[in-house]
Amino acid sequence: MNGACPVNDSTTQRSSETATGFVFRSPLPTSYSNFIGRLIFRFLFTIQGIGAFALITVGVLISKFGRNSKVLRPLVRREIARAGTNLLPMFCFLAAALGFLVIGQVVSWLSRVGAVNYLGVVMVVVVVRELGPLITALLVLARVGTANVVELGTARATGEVEALEALGIDPVHYLIVPRVAGMAIGTFALTVYLIIGALMSGYLWAFLQDVPLRPDQYFQQLAASLTWVDFVLLALKTVSFGSVIAMVTCYHGLAQPLRLEEVSRATVRAVAQAVIGCVLLDAAFIIIYLATA
Amino acid sequence: MSAIATSIPAIDMRDLTVGALSDSTNAVAENVTWRVEQGDFWVVAGLHGAGKSDLLMLAGGVMAPLAGSYEFLGEGMPIFSDERLAHRLKLGLVFDGGRLFNHLTVAENIALPLRYHHNLAATEVGSTLSTLLELTELTPHARAYPSSLGRNWQRRAALARALAMRPEVLLLDTPLTGLDSRQQNWWLAFLGQLSRGHAFYSGKPVTIVVTAASLREWRGHARQFALLDGRRFSVLGDWAKLEQSDEPLVRELMGQTNV
Repeated sequence: MNGACPVNDSTTQRSSETATGFVFRSPLPTSYSNFIGRLIFRFLFTIQGIGAFALITVGVLISKFGRNSKVLRPLVRREIARAGTNLLPMFCFLAAALGFLVIGQVVSWLSRVGAVNYLGVVMVVVVVRELGPLITALLVLARVGTANVVELGTARATGEVEALEALGIDPVHYLIVPRVAGMAIGTFALTVYLIIGALMSGYLWAFLQDVPLRPDQYFQQLAASLTWVDFVLLALKTVSFGSVIAMVTCYHGLAQPLRLEEVSRATVRAVAQAVIGCVLLDAAFIIIYLATA
Repeated sequence: MSAIATSIPAIDMRDLTVGALSDSTNAVAENVTWRVEQGDFWVVAGLHGAGKSDLLMLAGGVMAPLAGSYEFLGEGMPIFSDERLAHRLKLGLVFDGGRLFNHLTVAENIALPLRYHHNLAATEVGSTLSTLLELTELTPHARAYPSSLGRNWQRRAALARALAMRPEVLLLDTPLTGLDSRQQNWWLAFLGQLSRGHAFYSGKPVTIVVTAASLREWRGHARQFALLDGRRFSVLGDWAKLEQSDEPLVRELMGQTNV
């Protein structure tokens, strides 16, 4: 009977506590600390793995730059098409929607306080610096990044990577470098198109809302709000977004041994980590913007 | 000078421990000592799961040995550095099942090593590509994707891809498995031609190593035989010695068991 007492006692105690009270009153069971420890270690190992993979890719990119150009250039062009040109129709729609969305919300508030003259500034801050690059990165990740993991994961699972090695072809040079270059260039180009389209559609929406603003005034506001820092940081930010998406998705597809049934899980992991990577990068760029302002 | 060159063995393994490709810490063969002379035609036989493919992957330079030394044409393997790539390309590997690149057509698969190593555009590999397609009778399937082809044609495409760089040593993982007798005959005849000296190689004999789950088909084609069983690699010798062997597994693989 006594042997069952501790269990009964703890059950009685627990029933009189709040749902989360036991966390603060009783010592943390080993399993919870193990769970958190595993999470932390997994996070650190992932950072280490992606970092090492990125360094290897950059090393190959530099050491083999311009080599095998007749094979690599068509692959880079294909990746630019996949991460850039092929997504243009969707981005035209998105540009129109983004312009309408931002101007639609902002105009009514600026009109109330008589600050319509700040329309251009708002567009630059919201569209050029923040939403344009981030929305582009997330859509490139959804459309091309996921395909990357599936393609590379399947190639890894079916032994195509070993086949490349057996043919003396460096898998990082043949499979990863074109993807990183193509996605970096594609993300940059798409962001530029998205921003131009959003700024144009923004004015259209303002015009439809009878905002007393001539086109030349609107574009003067935009030009006055833009500095060289915006252009430099926009280029750096978008290229970094494209590179991060490519690195993370390629890492999960290629850098670890995979079985076919693990490809879907690797894709989910890659998307989550790429989103986190882009948001952290965005936060870093906000600090740079604030420092240069 | 030529006598010195020909005295270098194509494959020279000493006290080698072979790990599994799926788990490199798990040894599938130990104390492998094996010397393959240039121009030889070897068959390494064993049951499924004996580790034949892992041994071939190691011989093909895809992975490193767990212990021991392995020299390919006088140089240590595996070779991953670009400086020694030319030496590495003297070896061709045909995987079990082909392992073709599914996003490329048959012609693109075969042309890939040529294009990559010689930096050629797709239009610049015409003559070698068409020769390889004709040799392997793949011309009608040149524009097909691997997934739309049968096992035999996929394997022939893998053979053509491995031959594209004209390797001096050709390793083939169970090339006859799952083929009908007509296809088996084609493979045996073609490998025999390569071993004796094919016109594609200007008559120079190719060193061939094949893994197999059965020895019977290779009678009169291969010249040397070895057995891999229970982590033990043993050189059996030529067919005459095989026939004298009283080892049950050898007789079973020769199709001479009385069940």
